[in-house]
Amino acid sequence: MQKLVYERPYIKKLTAGVMNKFGSRSGGKPFEYIDNVPVKSLIASYGSPLFVLSEKQIRRNYRAAYRAFSTRYPKVQFAWSYKTNYLNAVCSIFHQEASWAEVVSGFEYRKALGNGVPGNKIIFNGPGKTADELLLAIENDSLIHIDHLEELNQLIILAEGKANKPRVGIRVNMDTGIYPIWDRFGFNYESGDAWAAILKVINSGRLQLAGLHCHIGTYVQVTGAYGIAAAKMASLALRCKAELQHSIAYLDMGGGFPSTNTLKGSYLPGTDTIPTIDDFAEEITGTLTKAGFANDELPLLILESGRILIDDAGYLLGTVIANKRLSEGKRATIVDFGVNVLFTSFWYEHQISPAQEFAPNMENMVVYGPLCMNIDVIRESINLPLLNPGDNVVVHKVGAYNMTQWMQFITLRPAVVLIDEQQQVHLIKAKETLDYIERDEHVPGHLK
Amino acid sequence: MKLKKNIATSENGFIFNPATGDSFSGNAMASEILLAMKNGDTEAQIKQQLLQKYEVSATQLNRDWEDWIVQLKEANLLEAAIYDSK
Amino acid sequence: MTANNYSGLCIGVTGLNANDNPGPGVAVIRALKEGLGTGLRIIGLSYESLEPGIYMRDMVDKTYSIPYPTEGTAALFERLTYINDKEQLNFIIPNFDAELHNFIKLAPQLQQIGIRTFLPSIEQLMIRDKVNLYDFGQKNGFHVPADHKLYAAGDVQKATEELGFPLVVKGKFYEAYIAHNKEAAIKAFNQLATTWGYPVIAQQYIKGTEINIAALGDGDGNNISIVPMRKLYITDKGKAWAGVTIEDAALIALADQFAKATKWRGGYELEIMRDADDKLFILEINPRFPAWIYLTAAAGQNQPLALVKMAFGEKLTRFEEYQAGKLFIRHSWDQVVDIADFQRISALGEL
Repeated sequence: MQKLVYERPYIKKLTAGVMNKFGSRSGGKPFEYIDNVPVKSLIASYGSPLFVLSEKQIRRNYRAAYRAFSTRYPKVQFAWSYKTNYLNAVCSIFHQEASWAEVVSGFEYRKALGNGVPGNKIIFNGPGKTADELLLAIENDSLIHIDHLEELNQLIILAEGKANKPRVGIRVNMDTGIYPIWDRFGFNYESGDAWAAILKVINSGRLQLAGLHCHIGTYVQVTGAYGIAAAKMASLALRCKAELQHSIAYLDMGGGFPSTNTLKGSYLPGTDTIPTIDDFAEEITGTLTKAGFANDELPLLILESGRILIDDAGYLLGTVIANKRLSEGKRATIVDFGVNVLFTSFWYEHQISPAQEFAPNMENMVVYGPLCMNIDVIRESINLPLLNPGDNVVVHKVGAYNMTQWMQFITLRPAVVLIDEQQQVHLIKAKETLDYIERDEHVPGHLK
Repeated sequence: MKLKKNIATSENGFIFNPATGDSFSGNAMASEILLAMKNGDTEAQIKQQLLQKYEVSATQLNRDWEDWIVQLKEANLLEAAIYDSK
Repeated sequence: MTANNYSGLCIGVTGLNANDNPGPGVAVIRALKEGLGTGLRIIGLSYESLEPGIYMRDMVDKTYSIPYPTEGTAALFERLTYINDKEQLNFIIPNFDAELHNFIKLAPQLQQIGIRTFLPSIEQLMIRDKVNLYDFGQKNGFHVPADHKLYAAGDVQKATEELGFPLVVKGKFYEAYIAHNKEAAIKAFNQLATTWGYPVIAQQYIKGTEINIAALGDGDGNNISIVPMRKLYITDKGKAWAGVTIEDAALIALADQFAKATKWRGGYELEIMRDADDKLFILEINPRFPAWIYLTAAAGQNQPLALVKMAFGEKLTRFEEYQAGKLFIRHSWDQVVDIADFQRISALGEL
């Protein structure tokens, strides 16, 4: 006799709440392929957990964003935000697409040089540049964005006697109507500090004020804030021209555009509420073109986007280790990746899909990582079908920040692969090894 | 392990516990096991029937059985103090 | 066109939660039934299986569960497509603030599968959002109580200095408390921030008479209908349990000014406080029909019926008359059904 398909017996208490099966975000179909490459084969070849990046999606995102700005404004330059994902393969894709490099440390600066970015196409941001790093940037004719007065004073000293004046920009912070105001970076617009810094650069005679820079926040979900920022930046530039007869060559509007992940605590999913890159582009370029610049004096518009260009091109594949019921009866599923490699689970409600066919019953559950730590929660509450140990899952939109902020903790960090546009899979970072972790450790002789 | 008396099950897989007022829905497998339990079949008998009828290993079935009993206990559908699976 | 031309319509209605904080669904259905007569088929769209409207079989022909707004437009569209395949819906009237965003976004797709809607735009929805209401009032010459957005407990101090006591503390989406001292304000802030997120809104307290206006905008800057109602009995949740239609040219003018400023499309409700100097403050603007909408039909301006006609392209002339002095008194009623009904809507999502 042909045996029937088995399904785990399952009952669910009926409450006044809606049944999960009427359209659950994680419901629907299994997610079995990334760019036509089977998830199962990726795990078989490279282990679990595994980060997967889609080159096709990265390029598609870049081109869509560049088009959004360049069709609305004559001079646009993107600079890849290294801290978002500085795997060399990733940076190289952006540089191939003509992106400059935006770095915030000497480490990132050297990575950019290593990736073949000419010094004059590196933007050096951040509050923590050392004297050596500043000198390196000066030698390479990079754009140095000044964060505070100490740095400004130091640059004036370092620039003494240089044949070519270092090219600098002033980082400006401002009230754009969003909360919190990022007034810890740069010089404040409303208080006049930003103008004072501009005067100091010009009056030093040793620095070349090339541009103005701002970066109003992160995951900004209102386009209007960028309009306010663009208006204030433009007014500073126009004032430079009017009062100092100095033309500002570029306005760097930074980044901060959101991906379509759903932030914890937000009511509607990000896919339905987040403005598109065209909305942001319209706001920024619309403001700049109407700001009062002479037509031939429109400054170059620089954007330092990171997250929006790569978040949805990244996936984390993992495996179910075990199921259990918590004391209150709620189901818990333990997976083989923790918050140490999925840092963004602290602020996103990441979508998780099963990577194989599943039974129709959904159950609300908590998803834990494997770390022996109470904070290791991937999702506090998610509707998923009943998963069995050994089943695979796919976490979506993890391309930004996870591969730079990940922590090595009690296990080894996973491998990262890139699926190219021809659907070939490339290992772009091998899984860590014990040898690698211990390579630079030293045990004193008396302990051996 | 014994179901409480008076537990009402319907063809659609609904379960009503008249003692508490709680309603439950179950999948087809749950309905089948509940029916067998109401008939007074033992755990061993039920498992044997399932193994014969369905494509499932004994290991998997035993693991799921433990979870099943936890679900019934949680749902307050079992007679008290009989959580020994003899 | 007469009502007969609309007979045989199948209309989906949400907001069947006719409880102590009622949704407008059942009142909308009552007005539609009165206007369109037999032949009208009503499909209830429910979120929870104890919404009383689900079980009112004389009002609702069949109910389907739909996914919570948090599940997003894709899940909602999939479910509505399924329902439409079975029911051939002609029109949907969403009645919850929280679901409007999704229905507005889906409107073009719904139109493609033959389901009409008559809704405001996302921009119109946002402009009246609590967070933006004060700016909206400033820009368009409406009296709106001064407010202060609170992001941290420390902001409460500044808000109370500006706005004084008592102070209305409101959640980003729902809920409000009246605080009479700083401690109460901080407590309300903490509670509302935890539940609804930031910002919490501190609003100036206006003393006066509470008046609501139900109106219907044509999307071109005009109102087709305006019916003002004075609250007579208010529950501890701030809901009108009894109210009476009133006549006041200033209230009509206010609604017309609003329609002109926003080009509002669809039903809406203005929550008004008339202070001692007869100034009309807009406390809140609800982007849909209110729960007392049947009173508009009873007073001679059936707004839900007019909405259906507008959705089907009929050019309506503005209602000019309604009966002042029509009183509504809400009551509660214990419906009795079998547990099997509850089980079916809960587990199968259809009843």
